[in-house]
Amino acid sequence: MNFYPEFEVVRSDSRCIRCRVCERQCANEVHWYDADGKVMLSDESKCVNCQRCVTLCPTRALKIVKSDCRLRENANYSDQTIKEIYRQAETGGVLLSSMGNPNPLPVYWDRILINASQVTNPPIDPLREPMETRVSLGKKPDHITRNPDGSIDTKLPPQLTLSMPVMFSAMSYGSISYNAHASLARAASALGIYYNTGEGGLHEDFYQYGKNTIVQVASGRFGVHKDYLEAGAAIEIKMGQGAKPGIGGHLPGTKAVGDVSKTRMIPEGSDAISPAPHHDIYSIEDLRQLVYSLKEATEYRLPVIVKVAAVHNIAAIASGIARSGADIIAIDGFRGGTGAAPTRIRDNVGIPIELALAAVDKRLRDEGIRNNVSIICGGSVRSAADVVKAIALGADACYIATAACLAMGCHLCRSCHTGKCNWGIATQRPDLVKRLNPDIGSQRLINLMDAWRHEIKELMGGMGINSIEALRGNRLMLRGVGLTEKELQILGISHAGE
Amino acid sequence: MELNVSAMGFSEVNEQMRQTADREITLTGCIGQRFLAAGTGGKYVKICGIAGNALGAYLNGTVIETFGNAQDAVGDTMNAGEIIVHGNIGDAAGYAMRGGKIFVQGNAGYRAGIHMKAYQEKVPVMVIGGRTGSFLGEYQAGGIIIVLGLSGGEKPIVSNFPCTGMHGGKLFLRSDCAGIHFPHQVHHRIASADELEEIRPHIAEYCAHFGGDPDEILNAPFTLVTPDSGNPYQQMYVAN
Repeated sequence: MNFYPEFEVVRSDSRCIRCRVCERQCANEVHWYDADGKVMLSDESKCVNCQRCVTLCPTRALKIVKSDCRLRENANYSDQTIKEIYRQAETGGVLLSSMGNPNPLPVYWDRILINASQVTNPPIDPLREPMETRVSLGKKPDHITRNPDGSIDTKLPPQLTLSMPVMFSAMSYGSISYNAHASLARAASALGIYYNTGEGGLHEDFYQYGKNTIVQVASGRFGVHKDYLEAGAAIEIKMGQGAKPGIGGHLPGTKAVGDVSKTRMIPEGSDAISPAPHHDIYSIEDLRQLVYSLKEATEYRLPVIVKVAAVHNIAAIASGIARSGADIIAIDGFRGGTGAAPTRIRDNVGIPIELALAAVDKRLRDEGIRNNVSIICGGSVRSAADVVKAIALGADACYIATAACLAMGCHLCRSCHTGKCNWGIATQRPDLVKRLNPDIGSQRLINLMDAWRHEIKELMGGMGINSIEALRGNRLMLRGVGLTEKELQILGISHAGE
Repeated sequence: MELNVSAMGFSEVNEQMRQTADREITLTGCIGQRFLAAGTGGKYVKICGIAGNALGAYLNGTVIETFGNAQDAVGDTMNAGEIIVHGNIGDAAGYAMRGGKIFVQGNAGYRAGIHMKAYQEKVPVMVIGGRTGSFLGEYQAGGIIIVLGLSGGEKPIVSNFPCTGMHGGKLFLRSDCAGIHFPHQVHHRIASADELEEIRPHIAEYCAHFGGDPDEILNAPFTLVTPDSGNPYQQMYVAN
């Protein structure tokens, strides 16, 4: 069924100089030039509102606006709901979406406020005083052991050391482009943090950034072999993803081309299916087996991360993982991004990361096993303030991916699954990939992290805290606003004014 | 090096194997230690006893010969090398293996060859002499799985739900597979003489390890299972 397009292209004819940049830049083929009428025309039905043409139009002749041609208003059946039914009635298909859940569900970060010192315990000026933002992720010993000569045994289980408590989370080569991976790898390397390969293997060109790479092992085991496991600084077992808990990954055969097929080690054009479960994991004991098989294969030199989606029983699940031999747990909340996920799963499955994180931290503390593992929090960490709040709720570090994509140029049009990303990120089309210059992409990522580090220091300084580790789980530094007793209880924080 | 491992945990056994410069290693008294020779290359490991779960996981060129049964996840994600089991094996053997060979004299449990894959010259091969449990070749994406049915009594050569989600590779069953139900995403038919010639070297290798006559083994109907071409999964979705 045809319906009026969601967006309209508004072109100022007096400003348009017919340079046709918009036409060349749009992979969705919205714009074209009509030579007879000497005028630019457009087919809005193809527009995804990625803002590429708007950004590159030299005379600001273009804007994309949401169409006001609406179906009859209905608070129950929204336009979106009705159009989804039309799409399915036409195709019989499962609805597929990209990026994080856009629905107006509560964002707890925005209901949490941070403390600052006044009069007593004075604030610290980060420009004047040293501030420590470095963190180590991994198991921490619960007692001191001494060598025969009485000196302290300083040998620690393997750790990941980050210059600041933020890392780039998993995005596979295949879901994002070579240039996007190059940008992330270079930036992580320059910043002294880590990026994550996702489940698509590691391109041979990026082995040089191994010191700042986390390699992922997912159910499909794509691109996994001894050299890959040893190439990185840590191994992440992907059990789940916040955008699609309980669902696997599926790179369509059309994207498994060239180097992507080589890196995944599958023939060109073949579907790369990562099923929802690991075929050998049905219990914490089985997870323990995968953790230890990886540790044995890499001679216990690398920490093992277990990544799970934030779901209802996350505290119990995390407790199991903390006993599985894993060094680090990564929890991914229901707003986390994705290159493609069934809409219904993305929008209806999983729980907010803020609640999951607080519940996990509390459970592990109550059980006396919090130091068995470090916790990474992901699934829509949007700013330095979110990072600070996450750490005060109990995280050791945060994973960001959507914010990293935005730094590289993403405009959150949520059309990654089409493979026609005009910004050169979520695409494998060579003409589009080259639009993202890794020199610029990596510099923008570095800038973003530099800015966040300054902001984290300022927020810490305001609280009178000069070491990020002193903030971890320090919930006294947080207050809720407009939250129910139950929400405050789960978050483990008081209400503002208390 | 010869090592009696009956009183050792897996990490100690593996550590000792890493430490030795010897290429040939014999482990005696093995009682189910896990992860033996995980990730190793360039060695020959002879195991007497029962090998535990994840024998030769991520194997990278080593040859492992086990005189006894092996438990679950034999050759998990192996890349190169060979695992020869003079006995039966447990579940999920050869999970996601992408190179090398596994030969099993007897039977395999559930989900043998699950998510096996192949790339260019890397074509993994698994030969099971006996019968297999349910979900044989589940999600198979590449490689060759051969089941001979030489032992295991009157039971069918493969139990329920073989080849569920198969989307690559080949599966040969030495049986006409009458009464065995395959899912609709795969084709199955009796293999031609040419197709059997293709697997003769693997059968010959099996016989070299465990005895038997390749001609005799090949002189029986084999069912060849391959995925239906096209991308059946892509049609499932509509962009939203």
